[in-house]
Order: sequence, then structure tokens, then C-alpha cells
Amino acid sequence: MNWTVIIDYIPAFREAMLLTLRIGWMGIVLAIVLGLAGALIRYYHVPVLSQIVKIYIEVFRNTPLLVQLFFIYFGLPKIGIKLTAEFCGTLGLALLGGSYMAESFRSGLEAVPLIQSESSLSLGLSRMQTFWHVLLPQALEISVPALVANVIFLLKETSVFSAISLMDLMFTAKDLIGLYYKTAECLFLLVVFYLIILLPVSIAGSFLERRLRYAGFGD
Amino acid sequence: MEELLKLEHVTKAFGENVVLNDLSLTVHQGEVLVIVGPSGCGKSTLLRCMNALEPIQSGKISLGDEPVDGSKSNVTKIRQRIGMVFQSYDLFPHKTILENITLAPMLVQKRKKGEVTEEAERLLERVGLLEKKNNYPRELSGGQKQRTAIVRALCMHPELLLFDEVTAALDPEMVREVLDVMLELAESGSTMVIVTHEMQFAKAVADRVIFLEHGEIVEEGTAEAFFEHPKTERAKSFLNTFVFDSPKRKASQGAVTG
Repeated sequence: MNWTVIIDYIPAFREAMLLTLRIGWMGIVLAIVLGLAGALIRYYHVPVLSQIVKIYIEVFRNTPLLVQLFFIYFGLPKIGIKLTAEFCGTLGLALLGGSYMAESFRSGLEAVPLIQSESSLSLGLSRMQTFWHVLLPQALEISVPALVANVIFLLKETSVFSAISLMDLMFTAKDLIGLYYKTAECLFLLVVFYLIILLPVSIAGSFLERRLRYAGFGD
Repeated sequence: MEELLKLEHVTKAFGENVVLNDLSLTVHQGEVLVIVGPSGCGKSTLLRCMNALEPIQSGKISLGDEPVDGSKSNVTKIRQRIGMVFQSYDLFPHKTILENITLAPMLVQKRKKGEVTEEAERLLERVGLLEKKNNYPRELSGGQKQRTAIVRALCMHPELLLFDEVTAALDPEMVREVLDVMLELAESGSTMVIVTHEMQFAKAVADRVIFLEHGEIVEEGTAEAFFEHPKTERAKSFLNTFVFDSPKRKASQGAVTG
């Protein structure tokens, strides 16, 4: 292992990490919004939409991100929709993530006893107010471990972005290996940079879980 | 007495199962109405229909001049005027006692935080729970939770209070502390509909008693008339289930007199 090579490569990996973070962050935020919307539609059994969401979840949970990206990146231009690679990456991550997040949110919502909503409604709160002030806070407490696991999973999934020529960590590593054959150094940096991204998420996640459990509102 | 809540020919069914059958009753202003009856007779469903938690199949329910039909436009208005307390307390576990009470007045009635907090604290003091105001529900006993639930309903200034077997999940000492709060409310002139299995309490608190079975009113009368001189055989046998005779004593009495 040649340390000077490693130090030389750091800037390239740092650039790649920033791209991964940029797409990852955007994709995850969108996935959470999408997931929450999907969970709500399913939870309240909104007619028609509920069926559509169910199909969406099944399709995106049961196909690999790579395949989804190919469809978006290579397929959509065939019907005249041209998107940048970065946009495709974000979209793919959001759609995949949305399907996972929707199920996690839904399981949290369904774990809150129905009588909680009823006792809120009986106080004159609207359905909307009941959702935001009574249902969601309790559902989140239950869903947090699953949501954190989803975030970590999605960040790792970004490693397939290289397939649509996004210069993420995986792409950079493969590229440098192909050019200079410094395989060990590149793989070492790859692992280190993924850990730099993911360890804080993982630690923050277990901190959050512990905080919620400590607050332990549940009786 | 002025009519407050009126049910006319209400029928409620879950699928094939008819729970309330062409039921009519009126709750008057300032009246304490107690509903008794065996499990599954439709008592709880009746209460839930009264504030539109359950849709009805036919008939009409009205609160004053307003129909109680669960339509979006007025259902929250109706529910603000009707307070409900459930068997399992159902406080919001993620909110403190004070927050549980002030949530709806602030959010729904748009009242000022200072004013609502002041009232909540006054009410908590009245039920002896002021020092618990910053605790979470899980830190309270069942009786304390139920008293909080009553205060939560009261803070909305409801015209009518519904109590759905509020002491069924409590042990005897806690039952007493909750019932005392309810007796006090009754004395202060609140209009209340109470579903309960506590016959002694029912006798003490009720102005009028309704005996319900199979979703129909079997007997109706003043508390005294119902408990002392029930008219129907069914009500008699129901009330008898709350009386215990010791077989030993019976036998020895038999020996003496026989």
C-alpha cells in the first residue's frame, strides 16, 4: 500500500463523495416526502390512489435500482424526455426510497391504536390536525429505526450511479484502478469514504432511537 | 327542561348485526342520564353515535338545532360541544398532562395559551392533579389518567359530557376518585350521559336511567323508580345479578326458620 498514492487520490474521492452526498441527500428528502404521502394514501384508504400507490410500491421495491436507473436514463430519452444524469440519479433514488419509506411510515401509523385518533376527533380536532398532532408524532417514534435503516440502505445504493456515468465514489475508484492499477489503494479509499458518509448517519440514528425510547412516551 | 340532544328512530348496524334498533331518546339540559345494560347491548355504540364517531344507517340525531350526521362541515363543531371520556383514558402519550388538556382549546378554539393554561391548572387543582401537570401520562396511575381525561374534555366547555365505562379498567380505590369527580360535575349542573356498570354510583348520580338490551330501550325511569321498583322482568333479573346472597347464610337462615 502506497500512502503517497492515497494522499494524491484523496481530492478525487472527496469530489466523488460530495456528488454522492448531494444526490443522496436530495434523493432521501424526496423519498421521505413521497413515502409519507404514499403511507397516508394507504393508511386512509383513499380510493383509486391507494391502489396506484400499492402498485408503485410493489414495482419499485421488487426491482433493482440499477434497472430503474437504466429505464430512467436510457428509456425516457426514447420517448423524448431527456434528463441529466444527476437528475436521473436523484429521481431513481427518490422513487426507490419512496417505496421503502412508504411501508415504514405505514407500519408506524398502523401501530398507533385507532382510539388515539378517536379521542382526538372527539375533542373537535379535524382529521388533518389529528394526523399532525396526535398520529404522526406517535407513528414516527415507532418508525424511526426502520427509517434510519432505509437512509443507510439508500446511501449505499448510490454505488450503482456509476452505471449512468455519474462520477460517484464507485465510478472514481473503478476509473482510477483502470487507469493506474492502484487497486489496493483505491479500494481502501472507497471503504474509508463510504464509512465517512455512513458512520455518522448510523450513529445519529441510534442516538435518535435512544432519545425517543428514553422519552418513551408510550404507556 | 330544554331538550339538548335528541335521537329519533336511530338504527345502527355493523353489517348484518343490528346494534341499535329504531331507538329514540332525548337528553335534557342539566340532566344526568345513566345507560345500563348487559355487555353487547349497544351502550357504547350509542354513545359513539352521539358524537358521530359511528355513522348511523337511519334515523336522526340532533344537538340543539344542529344535525349530528358526521358531515364534514359541522362534525368538528358538534364535537366541540360534546365532551367524551373513554374507558381506556386515551391521553396522548407524547404530550404532558398540561399539553394534553390545552391542545384542543388552543388548536380548535384558537384560545390564547395563557388563558387556557390558567384554566387547565385550575381544573387540575380541582381534581387534585396540579403537581402532575408536567408529567407524562405513563407516569400516572389509571385513576389519575382518567381524571386528566375528564379535565381534558371539560376544558373545551362542552354542553354535554359522554362517559363510556370510564371506571371499567380501574381498581376500586381509583374508581372512587373518578366517580367523585363525576358526582361533583353532576351537582354543578352538567349535562351528562353515563354508561356504567357501577350500580351504586348510577343510583346516586342519575336523574334518569335507561336499561338497554339488544339495541332497544327495555325500561326507562327515574333512578328511584328503576332501582327500587323495576317494572320489567328483564330489568329485575339484570339488577339481581348485582346482588349477592351467601349460600351459607341462606342455609342457616333456612334451618332457623324452617
